[in-house]
Amino acid sequence: MREEIIVSGRNNHLIDPHLEIWEWQIPMYLFLGGLAAGILFFAGLFYIRGKEKEYPTVVRMAPILVPPMLAMGLFFLFLDLKHKLYFWQLYTTIKLESPMSWGAWVLMGITPLSMMWAALHIKYLFPKWDWKFNWAIQAEAFLQKQKKWLAWAMVGLSVILGIYTGILLSAFNARPLWNTSILGPLFLTSGLSTGAAAIVLMSKNKAERHHFAKIDLGLIGVELFLIIHMFMGFRASTQVQIDAANLFLGGEFTAVFWVFVVGLGLIIPAILEIMEMRKIKVPYMVAPVLVLVGGLLFRFIMTHAGQVSRWLY
Amino acid sequence: MRYAMAIDTKKCVGCSDCVVACQTENDVPVGFCRDWVVEVVDGTYPQLELEHRSERCNHCENAPCVRCCPTGASYVDDGGIVQVKKNKCIGCGACVTSCPYDARFVHPKGYVDKCTFCHHRIQKGQQPACVSVCPTKCMYFGDLDDPRSEVSMILKKRKYKTLIPEAGTKPHLYFLI
Amino acid sequence: MAKNRRDFIKISALSAAGVIFGGSYLRAVSSDKSLKNGKPLYEVPEKLLRTPTYCEVCFWKCAGWVYKTEKGAIKKIIGNDIDPACNGRLCPRGTGGVGMYNDEDRLKTPLIRTEERGKQTFREATWDEAFDYIASKLKKIKKEHGAECTALFTHGSGGKYFGKLLKAFGSYNIAAPSYAQCRGPREVGFIATFGDGLNSPEPMDMRDAKCLVLIGSHLGENMHNGQVQEMSDAIDKGASIITVDPRLSTVAAKSKYWLPIKPATDLALLLAWMHVIIYEGWYDKEYIEKYAVGFEELKEHVKPFTPEWAYGITTLKPDLIRKSAKEMANAAPSVILHPGRHVTWYGDDTQRERAIAILNALLGSWGRRGGFYRPEKAKLAKLKLPAFPKPARTWREAMGGKFELADLALANGVCDATIPSPRMDCHIKAWIVNGTNLIKTLPERQKTIEAIQSLDLLVVVDTMPMEITGWADVVLPECTYLERYDDIRVSQGREPTIALRMPAVAPKYNTKSAWWMASQLAKRLELDAWFPYETQEEELDYLLKKMGTSLEEMQRIGVKRWERAYDDIYFAPNEEVEFNTNSGKIELYSTALEEAGFDPMPKYTAHEEPAEGFYRLIYGRAPMHTFSRTANNPNLVDLMDENNVWINPKVAKEWGLKTGQYIWLENQDGIVSEFPIKVRVTERIRWDSVYMVHGFGHSNKKLSRAHGRGASDSELITRVHVDPIMGGTGMRGNFVTFRTENKKKA
Ligand SMILES: Nc1nc2c(c(=O)[nH]1)N[C@H]1C(S)=C(S)[C@@H](COP(=O)(O)OP(=O)(O)OC[C@H]3O[C@@H](n4cnc5c(=O)[nH]c(N)nc54)[C@H](O)[C@@H]3O)O[C@H]1N2
Ligand SMILES: Nc1nc2c(c(=O)[nH]1)N[C@H]1C(S)=C(S)[C@@H](COP(=O)(O)OP(=O)(O)OC[C@H]3O[C@@H](n4cnc5c(=O)[nH]c(N)nc54)[C@H](O)[C@@H]3O)O[C@H]1N2
Ligand code: SF4
Ligand code: SF4
Ligand code: SF4
Ligand code: SF4
Ligand code: SF4
Ligand SMILES: [Mo]
Repeated sequence: MREEIIVSGRNNHLIDPHLEIWEWQIPMYLFLGGLAAGILFFAGLFYIRGKEKEYPTVVRMAPILVPPMLAMGLFFLFLDLKHKLYFWQLYTTIKLESPMSWGAWVLMGITPLSMMWAALHIKYLFPKWDWKFNWAIQAEAFLQKQKKWLAWAMVGLSVILGIYTGILLSAFNARPLWNTSILGPLFLTSGLSTGAAAIVLMSKNKAERHHFAKIDLGLIGVELFLIIHMFMGFRASTQVQIDAANLFLGGEFTAVFWVFVVGLGLIIPAILEIMEMRKIKVPYMVAPVLVLVGGLLFRFIMTHAGQVSRWLY
Repeated sequence: MRYAMAIDTKKCVGCSDCVVACQTENDVPVGFCRDWVVEVVDGTYPQLELEHRSERCNHCENAPCVRCCPTGASYVDDGGIVQVKKNKCIGCGACVTSCPYDARFVHPKGYVDKCTFCHHRIQKGQQPACVSVCPTKCMYFGDLDDPRSEVSMILKKRKYKTLIPEAGTKPHLYFLI
Repeated sequence: MAKNRRDFIKISALSAAGVIFGGSYLRAVSSDKSLKNGKPLYEVPEKLLRTPTYCEVCFWKCAGWVYKTEKGAIKKIIGNDIDPACNGRLCPRGTGGVGMYNDEDRLKTPLIRTEERGKQTFREATWDEAFDYIASKLKKIKKEHGAECTALFTHGSGGKYFGKLLKAFGSYNIAAPSYAQCRGPREVGFIATFGDGLNSPEPMDMRDAKCLVLIGSHLGENMHNGQVQEMSDAIDKGASIITVDPRLSTVAAKSKYWLPIKPATDLALLLAWMHVIIYEGWYDKEYIEKYAVGFEELKEHVKPFTPEWAYGITTLKPDLIRKSAKEMANAAPSVILHPGRHVTWYGDDTQRERAIAILNALLGSWGRRGGFYRPEKAKLAKLKLPAFPKPARTWREAMGGKFELADLALANGVCDATIPSPRMDCHIKAWIVNGTNLIKTLPERQKTIEAIQSLDLLVVVDTMPMEITGWADVVLPECTYLERYDDIRVSQGREPTIALRMPAVAPKYNTKSAWWMASQLAKRLELDAWFPYETQEEELDYLLKKMGTSLEEMQRIGVKRWERAYDDIYFAPNEEVEFNTNSGKIELYSTALEEAGFDPMPKYTAHEEPAEGFYRLIYGRAPMHTFSRTANNPNLVDLMDENNVWINPKVAKEWGLKTGQYIWLENQDGIVSEFPIKVRVTERIRWDSVYMVHGFGHSNKKLSRAHGRGASDSELITRVHVDPIMGGTGMRGNFVTFRTENKKKA
């Protein structure tokens, strides 16, 4: 028998018996970041492709929700900090090797962009909106002219943001479950998918809904592919990663992950979307709601399971 | 200068004096510790092996905690000592998560704390508190770049290992075996 | 900043691309160099003041320095570099000693009992009330029964002053559990052999030993500091260690030979070793010829005890017995068969210690470098005091001639003599208990309680609300060792040394030192003549000046060492040595034991074995705790907050027990542990025994950290094997079984 114990009863708060430093705030932050990235990506893309009129929800309406989402995400990040009064220190340095740092800066960049975009479309939501001040009206006019650039910047930054939500975790070599380069693309895909789902939920336009359901279906396919790849990668890797994967393959996270995240969050919505495409009547809200809840759960589980997984020595 | 510590598992008795000594020296609040002792038992009675290891931050040469710190609060100080500036630390936990050895913890005051190799003592030419108190004198501290330092000499003489070398962190804590 | 930011976006876009195209993220170099060479982060107050002390967390009494801030906050306690007991390094308990002072559960003021004994119901009292109460009771007892009907139990520094008080009052019933529950048998065994006991610290030249043999002694868990340090020095010098222990003790794992003996069979092994060493001719012939008597008798005696014979008893392979004997012989005379310290195991302990002493003699290690040296001690100056009155009788009279060879009082003897009975009654009516938690310290708890219930007065002097304080009529709160002076430490060693303890800070709460308490009581009992000084400083200064130093000097240096008067630490090559035995020689054949009607040479007797489903209860120390006294110390509780019961995996499997699970232990007499204890399934213990650390399972609710944590071995030790030679209480003949539910037997 092999026994390994900590003799001196180490019980460091948030570390023992296993890491629990990131609770709900970080997964919420990641979720909102991914969702916002998804929405902004599609808004920018469809604007660039000149589909503003055809798909008004994605270009005009959904992005209005993004600034509050990002603000909330940042607020959750703030809530996670244990030394809050020093929050501002995040913005005194740029540390390229620190995903936490560049994430904070990406958010810093993308939040004003998203606000500008929202400002440009606020009249779409509230037709009686009045900017009141002259300078505001001038600013709007100026932005209106730069909209194409804005859209391009949004697309670029939203991809970085989406990837960042995964890299924040995958940068941590110390947690075998996160130590895979698939997390970046996986979180990006998942973010895009939740973005598409949110658009479907908001859209009153059937064609738009169908189009995005189709996009979502594609993204779900990619996501499933990436998930399977991730586990195959783990299984072929070192013992610690095999152990990490086992948390989902028989271990404590197996049921929640496969039933809720993969089953209810990916496969069922995919089936529902296919059914809808085949004109079988199902309430259109169900699939996107499931995707959103699944995406949220996915982040919670990855954050927690990652903290449980560890090196052995 | 590259500070390092070597701990003789053949002499360590797991008494945890190093742990209390660190607590009282460095005002580590009761309930927390910067160093701790691990016991590993292997085999079947009576064919057994037992190892005690006093562990702490490895002051890794390739320190993921420093890399991932968004504010630069975690940094590499003179002699390769990995330090935390508490008034730069936002308590984001990234470094805690990044350490394969779980060597960092969140101080009740919010900032992240860990072993400093007793920087304030070695500046004065003293040994780190844990080293100076160990009843079995099984810890050696010094400069790896100085071939005549205690730690260099003992590493030349004895077989040793580091913890989780696979993690690629290049630890500066050596365990004599 | 602007430039940085643009760079940043460029590079992070790049690194994002890196991820997508299969790489890990880009490892850019930090642009932030401004933080390097920062100032130290933790401003440790530069100016710390220090005062000398010696540690009271155990009885090794390491000298150290208490560091405090200018405002008087104690920061740390560090060993005194020139003290040979610690060489500047305290053990974990000493380092964590500051927790004794900070413990907010401490006794804070004198208490007088309001309800029945044992219920912990007290009212707060003033010192005057408490002393008046005690004095009037003691005077009444003196009048009605005689002054000799009082007793003192003590373990710790203050005992000196209460001892003086009691002797002045007219009683010699002064006992410490560190004798009959601890080292008594070895003192008697060694006195019978060499004419001298070992005392404390043991005069073993461990740092120069080439081979160290530990029989149950679990150094490294038993943190007697000087010994642990010297063992480590010996390891550095390449010494080999042989450990005999049924458990893989920490030191067993560091040993060249670990002999995983079946418990209670050590005497068989020791006899087999003698057999091998004598019949292989490995003993020190010259030494034996010159210094010892009884060799031929011994040779004849051990003839049948071959390793093969011992194998059947001890389960140790004959080859291992021979090899380990050879190892010792090769190292002789720089070999130490460690006598152990807590040796009251199976009732034949004096004889086992005799066997250890004989083996040391055969290998010629007594009086040799790397063996046992001749200790020296500073001569303590004495106060000029009137002679003590001679008590009419002592506890010994109640023993009916038993245990005459005990060289100190038996705590259990005094306890037994207190219980009114036609056979033993000594009419003891009052106890003062200083610094010993008798409820947890003496085996057979029922007896202790019975004795207490027959008292007219029980005074407990303690720092903490322990089990024993719950039974007191009056509780006198002593301040901790960090807040008081005590007597000068004069301990034996390679050279004469003394150490001073002085208060680092003023006493917290309404607590006082033993010196003050004893002096105040003396005033009320008209015994002032024995307490001539108004302050302890004056008394200490007087004594220190007579020893060639002064209080002022000692406050500065803490420890003073002198050279040895003679260069006689080891026997000189042709030295004629006079031993304090009947024959003046080392007695391999003990005439003293023979006279007293005991076996002159040790014999093996079989001990009871556990019944089906039961396991022998063995116990020991954890390095970070001292008995029950540290169980509530915040710093040390942080290291270890409960004990657990070690169970072999085979046994655990049979019972379906898992590590971390809480169970109750029930002993052979149906006593169930009051609190549950956590299981540790481990290969480190044999399948016929279970192991736990002594000192846990506190029942006093006022101990906020210790109450209900772990189980107490003491309460399960209801069967005692009394050593017929000196009255020691053998405590390892108890057996336990497991209960997963706490159903008390109907
Ligand atoms: N079951 C069992 N019984 C044993 C042992 C065992 O291993 N198992 N070991 C035996 C041995 S080897 C020994 S030496 C004895 C030791 O037995 P004890 O000397 O009784 O040891 P403790 O149980 O620590 O009790 C010490 C008491 O002193 C108090 N105290 C601490 N500091 C001070 C102080 O400064 N002043 C005063 N006045 N009081 C103080 C503590 O609060 C505590 O109540 O126990 C023996 N009994
Ligand atoms: N940390 C710490 N150190 C201490 C103390 C403390 O409370 N805490 N107390 C001090 C005091 S007063 C004393 S007396 C000493 C006691 O310390 P020791 O003299 O070392 O005490 P033992 O009872 O001999 O040691 C217990 C060991 O005996 C083993 N053992 C049990 N049964 C048998 C047997 O039948 N045969 C053999 N060969 N071994 C057996 C156990 O497995 C355990 O390893 O420790 C001192 N040092
Ligand atoms: S103080 Fe020394 S012997 Fe004790 S646990 Fe620490 S390193 Fe080991
Ligand atoms: S041990 Fe952990 S905290 Fe210390 S330098 Fe290495 S990674 Fe950083
Ligand atoms: S918790 Fe503090 S030191 Fe650690 S990464 Fe965050 S800011 Fe840096
Ligand atoms: S080097 Fe100093 S800070 Fe680090 S564990 Fe040792 S005592 Fe603590
Ligand atoms: S051995 Fe430890 S507890 Fe005992 S006196 Fe020395 S430092 Fe204090
Ligand atoms: Mo003892």
